Amino acid sequence: MSGTHVGSPIAARVRHVEALLEHRGLLDDGEIDRRIDEFLAGGSPANGARVTARAWVDPGFAERLLADANGAIRELGLSMSGGLQEQRLKVVANTEAEHNVVVCTLCSCYPIALLGPSPGWYKSEAYRSRVVRDPRGVLREFGLQLPGTTRISVWDASAESRYMVLPRRPAGTERLGEEELAGLVTRKGLIGTAAV
Amino acid sequence: MSRINDVGGMAGFPAITEEPDEPPFHADWEAHVLALNGALIRRGVYNLDEFRDAIERMPPQEYLAASYYERWFTAIVTLLAEKGVATPEDLATPEELEVPGA
Repeated sequence: MSGTHVGSPIAARVRHVEALLEHRGLLDDGEIDRRIDEFLAGGSPANGARVTARAWVDPGFAERLLADANGAIRELGLSMSGGLQEQRLKVVANTEAEHNVVVCTLCSCYPIALLGPSPGWYKSEAYRSRVVRDPRGVLREFGLQLPGTTRISVWDASAESRYMVLPRRPAGTERLGEEELAGLVTRKGLIGTAAV
Repeated sequence: MSRINDVGGMAGFPAITEEPDEPPFHADWEAHVLALNGALIRRGVYNLDEFRDAIERMPPQEYLAASYYERWFTAIVTLLAEKGVATPEDLATPEELEVPGA
């Protein structure tokens, strides 16, 4: 499943359709390459990490982030309107009592502006089907063992709504500055399949 | 009525596998498919909902056998034909048209 067909002519088929559309004036010269560059430059987990670190050091920002994430990330020069349409962003905070994890059961909706291109496992039927049925088991497979008393909330993203997890600030990081704190945050932490 | 993409809670899929140091694209054509789709939506050839729908109405066995960006390409070709931008014959490579019975 989701494997590449060996010897598949798909690369040739894509080239053919692209050439056809160029010929018919539906693609400009260099447009494909420009769009690829824009996509790759458009987002990175470093953005989500920056948002997280700011929330850890600035309680006012954290409050605004949880109340209106689209507005709060604009304070850091970030936006959810870089794609084809502005998407609503909701940031969900982990606490001692509750852990959050994000999925798109229907396909692959994901806050690319804050997390960059999504990993293959996020788009796999395996993750999409299982994390809503057995989140605790799936998180265990990712190496995240949560106490039985921790409630797990699974957030199912949609075409218009995206989610990002705000991980808990690790203990013993009181002396770290914002940039160092951002360096602790991983993509998986922002999806919820890791603690940070 | 749910379609094959609606897999939430469905049993029987394999274990989740992570690819270390996974690149954003595994081949150039995948990046081209992503860019092509963005260009066609921006031009109003079809919209994002039509694109999603074209993926979701793939026959289940084809959907499950296809990789992520193979599904995207299938949807693009489906919509280009349905919107009258090109005929299925125009959209096929000469090699595809030569396949007996195709």
